[in-house]
Amino acid sequence: MIPVLLILIPLLSGLVTFFLKDEKAAKSWSLLSSVITLAVVFSGLFIYDHNSESNFNAAWLPALGSSFSLSLDGMGKMLTLLTAISFPVVFASTYKNSYKESGSFYGLMLLTQAGLMGVFVAADALLFYFFWELALIPVYFLCSIWGGEKRIAVTFKFFIYTFIGSLLMLAGILYLYFQTPDHSFAIKSLYSLHLSVKDQNIIFWLFFIAFAIKMPIFPFHTWQPDTYEQSPTAVTMILSGVMVKMGIFAVIRWLLPIFPDAVAHFSTIIIIFSIIGMIYASLIAIQQDDIKRLIAYSSIAHIGLMCAAIFAHNRIGLEGVLIQMFNHGINVIGLWIVADVIEQQLGTRKLSELGGLAQKAPVLAILLVVMALANIALPLTNAFVGEFLMFNGLFQYNVWFAAIAGISIILAAVYTLNMVQKIFYGNTVSITANAVDAKNNVQWILIVLVVVVLLLGVYPQPLINLTKDTVNIILVNR
Amino acid sequence: MNAIILSALLGVVMMFSSILTENRTIIRNIAIAGLLILLIGNLLNTYTVYSFNIDSHNMLRFDKFGLFFNSIAIASTLLYAILSGSDVVKVGNYPAESFALIFFALCGVAILSSYNTLLMLFLGIEIMSIPLYILTGSDKKNLKSNEASLKYFLMGCFSTGILLMGITLLYGASGNFNIESVHSTSNAVTTSYNYGILAPLGLILIFISMCFKVSAAPFHFWTPDVYDGAPSVFTSFMATIVKAAGFIAFIKLFSIRMADLGPSSSIILSTIIIATLLVGNITAVFQQSVKRMLAYSSIAQAGFMLFALYGNNDLSSEGILLYSAAYSIATIGIFAILIKMKDYTFDGYNGLAKKQPLVAAANTVFLLSLAGIPLTAGFFAKYYMLASALKSNGHAVLWLVIVAVLFAAVSVYYYFRVIQAMYFKEGEAETTEISSKFKAGLVVMAILIILIGINPSFLLNWFYF
Repeated sequence: MIPVLLILIPLLSGLVTFFLKDEKAAKSWSLLSSVITLAVVFSGLFIYDHNSESNFNAAWLPALGSSFSLSLDGMGKMLTLLTAISFPVVFASTYKNSYKESGSFYGLMLLTQAGLMGVFVAADALLFYFFWELALIPVYFLCSIWGGEKRIAVTFKFFIYTFIGSLLMLAGILYLYFQTPDHSFAIKSLYSLHLSVKDQNIIFWLFFIAFAIKMPIFPFHTWQPDTYEQSPTAVTMILSGVMVKMGIFAVIRWLLPIFPDAVAHFSTIIIIFSIIGMIYASLIAIQQDDIKRLIAYSSIAHIGLMCAAIFAHNRIGLEGVLIQMFNHGINVIGLWIVADVIEQQLGTRKLSELGGLAQKAPVLAILLVVMALANIALPLTNAFVGEFLMFNGLFQYNVWFAAIAGISIILAAVYTLNMVQKIFYGNTVSITANAVDAKNNVQWILIVLVVVVLLLGVYPQPLINLTKDTVNIILVNR
Repeated sequence: MNAIILSALLGVVMMFSSILTENRTIIRNIAIAGLLILLIGNLLNTYTVYSFNIDSHNMLRFDKFGLFFNSIAIASTLLYAILSGSDVVKVGNYPAESFALIFFALCGVAILSSYNTLLMLFLGIEIMSIPLYILTGSDKKNLKSNEASLKYFLMGCFSTGILLMGITLLYGASGNFNIESVHSTSNAVTTSYNYGILAPLGLILIFISMCFKVSAAPFHFWTPDVYDGAPSVFTSFMATIVKAAGFIAFIKLFSIRMADLGPSSSIILSTIIIATLLVGNITAVFQQSVKRMLAYSSIAQAGFMLFALYGNNDLSSEGILLYSAAYSIATIGIFAILIKMKDYTFDGYNGLAKKQPLVAAANTVFLLSLAGIPLTAGFFAKYYMLASALKSNGHAVLWLVIVAVLFAAVSVYYYFRVIQAMYFKEGEAETTEISSKFKAGLVVMAILIILIGINPSFLLNWFYF
């Protein structure tokens, strides 16, 4: 029942939110709903931790061979946990922001959560496709209505990009469906398929392009910085913290086990593209003056590493990717929160217009520095564990790839520290002269995130244990 | 049989109703009642409760597929009359005429869904088309409407001529009008005469004429002008129910005879599909008027419906029924809203969401359905089309499916322009008065679309019931 609840709670409460006219009511209602969802995830992790609770199966479209079947494996549990943590964090940290027609805003946010949850728990390809789209449509409206100046064109580009990807995936799913002996969309039937190499090589790309656009991987990344910049920050947090994980998740769940030959065949070229993307995005990030764009490009670089490590296709790399999915989500949301605080308070996101904020907002400065260090994967932060494992995996695949990809660590240090320095150190300028420290709710949220960062940096074992079963299934199926 | 007889009778009733009353509301209500009777009559026939029994000497054959399509067509017309009926009676001086013609066109639809000889195919197409020529020109004082009517008439005659020539050639080759009993090829072998080219040539001519009727490229040129020039209420009827009926007729014949076109048939068909998708989608992108955009989008949708012909299996017959229903409901809704707008350009929709949130929300559902987004009926419509093609042909057709989905992505561009105008742009969005009944109708249709989108067996189960 757990996965059903994870979808139903945000879905139903989201629909209710549309009718809440009062802004306060909408905010508290959606915060409450997201906290309940989080509680359900925890109960699934610690109390109802057995198969009967984490699987669900009901008839949906028997004529088509599709059923409403959900299941929670280790990876699913971890990502639903990330989703469930992200939403209350986002709601709480942007609690003071006000939106026009806030009922619709929070309603769409919760619908997005329902879609994301569905993607992570779906055990049926058609159902997966449904949720994949369900997560996209509300985001389209969120960005287009509440975004920045150029929102309409930018969001449209984002939508068309991802929609092309999903449609190609649909064609691929349909093709696979007709290959299964029992004409079924169930993940089990797809896993037991033995496709010819020729088939694999074609269908692989139909799926991979969809996922590559979502992640995004160079050269499909062009929608991403614009969209992150133009979206309202609350949406950007969800986009970069959780939604890009859909792409990585989907590669691991739907690509690796079904197309083992094609994965082996194309892994080198994909890793090369990922690494090009990493270096390229890092170099651009160094040039950025806008905090949001800087974080966006840094995110492309991190995702590139995850994609490369997946296609290295060994145990240590995969373990790294899995825990890094969670860690990156936490870290990047932390960075966005700081960016949002600065923008809300000072009205600018330009690094060149900021400076000396540490004198005025010491708490914020300390918290940001920890987040920034996690972003460059310093030891003792959570990202170090993930990145170390991923580089290790990449190293086993090819030393040169690991070496070139390693440059991005140095570049990450350059742009991240540069950002910290320009915002917080130096002399105060006119804009920051009257700044005050972050509000209590933001401080508490950031403190929680920092604790998570340090805790998982010192003791990552729970995450590794959680995702062990997934790694086994993926690698055995080869 | 019920649908054919009742619709003809009701057409006559509508004609004479204008003697009794001039009141437009009463006339509209008579029409709605008539459509209800027609729907019930057809349902009685479908579930073999009661039907007129007239021996047609096997010229008509009533199977579940055809009867079910009749129900979809009649139900769509009913929705259309409920939503746009008050606008129908505003066109022209004699409102009852329009409804009489609509009933006659429905009679043609019913014949097309049940014909068993080529003669009946011809009759059905004519009975369906001639009322439409008149309806297109029913805004008598409007030059554009006159032009559209003339153009439609000339093009229609032209394609009917081709159809007749094709039928003649087939008759020459096989000696009868039956659509399935005589296979031209086997016939040529068993008799001592070799008719050679006659049968395939005849079939090709019929194929071309049917492409005219369903506005498949490159025989689509009449569509945008006619759809644009005709009074919007009638465009709505033409673009949905009539078009779907054309497809049913097309599929009924060619699901049996496609193979007779020879090994090149799949190449011809895939060329036409791609051309139709290309012309419809690409041209729609550049339109400034929503009405013209919808005309091109109807061409694009025809490209998808042609997949049913390509697949030619159980999925495609289910699929074309689903497609007809999904496409008709959504398009009728969009047109009903369009009619209420004062300005037909995209900019005319600016800010509609603020002024009429419910109407805008319903319109969004309809547009999403046409674009084929999951959770709407349009998704499963497209799904069935693609699946039917993949099921029959597997590997070989994958590239065609990929091309089709890419064009579906293009279609998102122009459908979403309307959504953008309604929700994200500031503006006045002037409308004529919108009654709460109208809104209720829209909401019902939007819910219908979503219900079918969540579970298409909601609709298709009736087919097997």
